[in-house]
Amino acid sequence: MVRLTDVYKVYENGARALKGINFQIDDGEFVFLVGPSGSGKSTIIKLLTAEIPPTEGRVMVNGYNLGTITPRQVPYLRRTIGVVFQDFRLIEKKTVYENLALAMRAVGASSQEIKKRVPAMLELVELDRKMNRHPSELSGGEQQRVAIARALVNNPGMIIADEPTGNLDPARSYDLMRLLERINELGTTILVVTHEKELVNRFSKRVLAIENGRIISDGMDGYYRYYENK
Amino acid sequence: MKTSNIFLRASNVFYFLQEAVHNIFLHGLMSLAAVGVTMACLLIMGSFTLVSMNLNATLSDLERENVVIAYIDETYSEEQARALEADIMALDNVESCKFVTREEAMEAFVSQYDDDSVFASVPASVLRDRFEIHLTELEEMESTVIALKAVEGVANVRAELEIAQGFMAVRNMAGVVAIILAVMLLLVSLFIISNTIRLGAYTRRDEVAIIKMCGAKDSFIRCPFVAEGVILGLVGAVIAFFIQWGVYNLVMRAITKSDTMQLLTVIPFHNFAGRILLIFLLVGLAVGAVGSSLAINKFLKV
Repeated sequence: MVRLTDVYKVYENGARALKGINFQIDDGEFVFLVGPSGSGKSTIIKLLTAEIPPTEGRVMVNGYNLGTITPRQVPYLRRTIGVVFQDFRLIEKKTVYENLALAMRAVGASSQEIKKRVPAMLELVELDRKMNRHPSELSGGEQQRVAIARALVNNPGMIIADEPTGNLDPARSYDLMRLLERINELGTTILVVTHEKELVNRFSKRVLAIENGRIISDGMDGYYRYYENK
Repeated sequence: MKTSNIFLRASNVFYFLQEAVHNIFLHGLMSLAAVGVTMACLLIMGSFTLVSMNLNATLSDLERENVVIAYIDETYSEEQARALEADIMALDNVESCKFVTREEAMEAFVSQYDDDSVFASVPASVLRDRFEIHLTELEEMESTVIALKAVEGVANVRAELEIAQGFMAVRNMAGVVAIILAVMLLLVSLFIISNTIRLGAYTRRDEVAIIKMCGAKDSFIRCPFVAEGVILGLVGAVIAFFIQWGVYNLVMRAITKSDTMQLLTVIPFHNFAGRILLIFLLVGLAVGAVGSSLAINKFLKV
């Protein structure tokens, strides 16, 4: 579960990125976080992954208070979250299988666990036949599916996808969202950060809209309603 | 999923080594420089240490061979002179002393010459009774000579102060130069190894960030880099050991063949080969581990 209460973030250069954010995401939810560039979306992701601390307010993620979390606890927090990036961030010199295996090895999984889990995850994203390929041999959509499989491989309770369709064409973007929807149906909480209005409107999900560091709308049709009325 | 004993897993050890070796070859020139500097540092440190050890051995020989002679006042009878033994033995740094009568001294003096008839008419009374004294520490010879001269009944003292002081000066200088050079080169070595690792870490900064985001602990990320530093340090140490061995043996042969350097005691390399190898390996390991740890810290702040 994620809960932000009166969260403010002011960067060292004085930029006020968040100005009193409040929202909660329950386990098993599928939420879109939308807003224009510079609205504070990336700051929220960095807060949730403990890359930066809040200046003020309370950030709770899967039982960890990120205002008081110690450096030793951060890896354990991150094991409860899978992160998917716009630019995939796959390791080019490693195969698809090795990319996932490394993510598991990093948290101390045994070779047996890796051999069992990695093919299952690749099967879920329908890339089990390409496990020995390198990322550069895959299409953008396939690379993003590998990134999703990597995010899932350590069985986190939550996936945060930061502009996951930013480098994909509309058809691939829709397929990817369907994949995330399917993963959500299996019980994983999903937070998708995007500014792609059309894509969000094709799915009937909760939408958190942020602008200028403030949540301006929160609802099943938040994004659509806000921008249509503006 | 079990997360304990993460570093004991064979697959992790293999991964760490694989990454370390990959990085070494990825930045081959920097790796070569790191090995070279570590090697040079150990060679210089080792060479001066060996010089110092050999001079110590030479000094020990001198301590055994070098005799201080205390001449007794000629007005003292033999009995009175013999009675001074207790006073001399009571002095610090005196290991042993042997009383030599005038007659025995004359006999020893004459025996040095083939034609002893030349000294036949010279009476033993021209010489003095004396004590031949062995010292515990050659370094304290000067103060012991002063103390001997202060003993009532001792007319004069003869000691080869210059030779002893010369050896001690060279040995001490070798020790100081070894320490200064070793510290300087260790710092250079640390810097080069650290930079080599930093370059590798910089190349892989995105990978480090990805692995951290997956929930890896700092120790998991640090391990391949530390392994890389340790491998570079150990390779430098092993090469330095063999070069040291070869050079030492060449120098040893040259000294033993030389007519002018017979005074020097040269210890065979195998007498301390084990210790030298151990010290080299430990220094190489420490330099590698510390250098890489310093380099990687910056990249862990993700």
